[in-house]
Amino acid sequence: MSEEIIIAGFGGQGVLTMGEILANSGIMEDKEVSWMPSYGPEMRGGTANVNVIISDERISSPILNTFDTAIILNQQSMDKFEEAVKPGGMLIYDGNGITRHPERRDINIYRVDAAAEAAKMENKRVFNMIVLGGYLKVKPLVKMENVVKGLKESLPERHHAMLPINEEAIKRGLEIVQTVHEVEK
Amino acid sequence: MSQQTENNDIVKEENLVFKKTNVLLDKVMHYCPGCGHGTAHRLIAEVIEEMDIQSECIGITPVGCSVLMYNYLDIDMQEAAHGRAPALATAIKRLQPEKFVFTYQGDGDLAAIGTAETIHAANRGENFTIFFINNGIYGMTGGQMAPTTLPNMKSSTSPYGRDVKMMGNPLKMTELVAQLPGSYYVTRQAVHTPAAVRKAKKAIRKAIENQKLEKGLSLVEIVSNCNSGWKMTPLQSNKWMEENMFPFYELGDLKVDGGMAK
Amino acid sequence: MKKELKLMKGNEAIGEAAIRAGADAYFGYPITPQSEILEYLMAEKPHERTGMVVLQAESEVAAINMVYGGAACGRKIITSSSSPGISLKQEGLSYIAGSELPCLVVNVVRGGPGLGTIQPSQSDYFQACKGGGHGDYRLIVLAPSSVQEMYDFVKLGFDLAFKYRNPAMILTDGALGQMMEKVWLEEQQPRMNEFPEWATTGKKPGKERTVVTSLDLDSAMQEKFNQKLQEKYRELEAKEVRYEAIDCDDAEYLLVAYGTSSRICQKSVQLAREKGIKLGLLRPITLYPFPKKEIGEMCGRLKGILSVEMSAGQMVEDVRLSVDGKVKVDHFGRMGGIIPSAEEIVNALEQKIIGG
Repeated sequence: MSEEIIIAGFGGQGVLTMGEILANSGIMEDKEVSWMPSYGPEMRGGTANVNVIISDERISSPILNTFDTAIILNQQSMDKFEEAVKPGGMLIYDGNGITRHPERRDINIYRVDAAAEAAKMENKRVFNMIVLGGYLKVKPLVKMENVVKGLKESLPERHHAMLPINEEAIKRGLEIVQTVHEVEK
Repeated sequence: MSQQTENNDIVKEENLVFKKTNVLLDKVMHYCPGCGHGTAHRLIAEVIEEMDIQSECIGITPVGCSVLMYNYLDIDMQEAAHGRAPALATAIKRLQPEKFVFTYQGDGDLAAIGTAETIHAANRGENFTIFFINNGIYGMTGGQMAPTTLPNMKSSTSPYGRDVKMMGNPLKMTELVAQLPGSYYVTRQAVHTPAAVRKAKKAIRKAIENQKLEKGLSLVEIVSNCNSGWKMTPLQSNKWMEENMFPFYELGDLKVDGGMAK
Repeated sequence: MKKELKLMKGNEAIGEAAIRAGADAYFGYPITPQSEILEYLMAEKPHERTGMVVLQAESEVAAINMVYGGAACGRKIITSSSSPGISLKQEGLSYIAGSELPCLVVNVVRGGPGLGTIQPSQSDYFQACKGGGHGDYRLIVLAPSSVQEMYDFVKLGFDLAFKYRNPAMILTDGALGQMMEKVWLEEQQPRMNEFPEWATTGKKPGKERTVVTSLDLDSAMQEKFNQKLQEKYRELEAKEVRYEAIDCDDAEYLLVAYGTSSRICQKSVQLAREKGIKLGLLRPITLYPFPKKEIGEMCGRLKGILSVEMSAGQMVEDVRLSVDGKVKVDHFGRMGGIIPSAEEIVNALEQKIIGG
């Protein structure tokens, strides 16, 4: 098993943290993991993205050009990374602010309207956890108990009071994810 | 040694009025005759002996005339890169806070290339001692202009005198250091007369003893002559120093026990 | 015995490794992309954990001279910076090497020259491996290619530095500094409480004083000292070469790459083998001493070698010296902070070596 993921959106959407939680969950299942962020001035307010790899085997390159999964959270990232999904791979996105929806027909496309759901929960900060829930519904890569453990590992201790609401957000994501297009098997 | 002196029955311990301190090694110093470095070295050595801290001292030598100071003092010493002695001393004192740590630096070393290291060590309140020998010139490299060279003073790189419009002003580092909250004791001394030597020695002792208080940096500036660089006889240079250096670099305490003296 | 498993950034792993290796002090100055090392250390309160001193200096120049002062006390001292800051440290490194003192310097390389870019690069190979500062000296240069090795090489670097009384450098880059992988953390090692006899710890009564200096105005003595240094470097070259050979047994072609590019090259080896090209990878772990003999012995059964670096081609000179003209050697690299892709590398191999 090897899953090569890109998570891309705006700085402040929790892109890097989502990647970290995935990586930590992978460790809980004895997988090899890598987490490679784009770093630099673009972090401050601009776009942010992170490559995460979860694998049964030693990871060669932590930096990738094509992905099994793209988790897309803004239009710029859609424009940049839709083409980078491997044929047969998956793209999952939040529809909020998206003006040009994904057009490829050789990949599986899912939509999780996490921004809207976070607004309903009156907590913008759990946005990324809703997205994560949506992704895990489609690709149950790691067990939910390990995601919760990974979440605990990734959050600084002073934020541990936030654990239940984050768990709740992941569950919401599982519920609201929709299939847009699936490649015939 | 001649037969005569060996048999001289007045050479007895109880008759001794003057002897070399044990902390100075039995070596001929390379300094020019008349230079103040030798006296300053000796005073530091005497204080170390009198305080009985020879095994607890670590000294740092600069780049400049006194680069070879480690050949003369019988204590553990380190040779720094030009200007960096306060950085070394910072690490040494933080790693061995029970030791007495001092730097010995000239004006080029401390007030030009090492300005940042000096100011920041003082400002952090590092608990070591700086001995700063100011003779207004680069002695070792052959008499070039120093940051402390007086206005209109001649040097090999200001052959017509220091033109402050073109070459900038002399820098009073000691006054700068005294302003910083991290300095605890800052004084300016000289070693050209017996009276000055006695005062300087007291200042040196206080500056080293202060380390026990852990209150911050102590700095003793010694305004000294450079008869070779100034192209004078030792006597002329001392007179010139009194007439020209002292009015600009006024002797006395600038900061005592953490409080401004003036 | 290995104890804890953690997801960590490369830079954080270096900070944690320094504490656990029993380092006595870290002196540094912030610069991207390595500031997390100092940030991590400050957050960890190492003065409480082990008594380790951590100080933010006023400059890289001051920091390396604090390292010099601390190293002369026989302590384990580490500093870190990135390319422009490492340039500033060269004076101090030359003094440390010239005084035969151990210390560990981490260079999280970014693109240059000048202020360059904050993105990863490997363009400081010459500076790290060929001297850097003035005089005939060498650094022991370790090149990690994973976060685990970032962690492990702190201890290894200290061990080698003390064994040979010579500064060691971890030559890494912004990608390895910023990425997270899992790391096995070793148990806390105690700080030293006895110090080598060359350390300035105060003159012991009845014993000779210790003087740490790199100055000798007598040319004959200075030459003798230099010969002693050279003997040390020959010993390092004979005993301390480390490298990893991946898929080299049946290889007809070879990539040579270290650090981040060696990770990309592992992927290139997979891609090439899928195409039927028998490609291997030799990853030098010590850049100085360089695995010269090993590459020289291997090249007899190779058809060509491609040195892959994020630079204009620096290590390729050592690869060429190793094969001594016996087989074709070329370089492929990207500059300015760009990391080459695995596909690009295979294309370059096909064009420059196989087809060329």
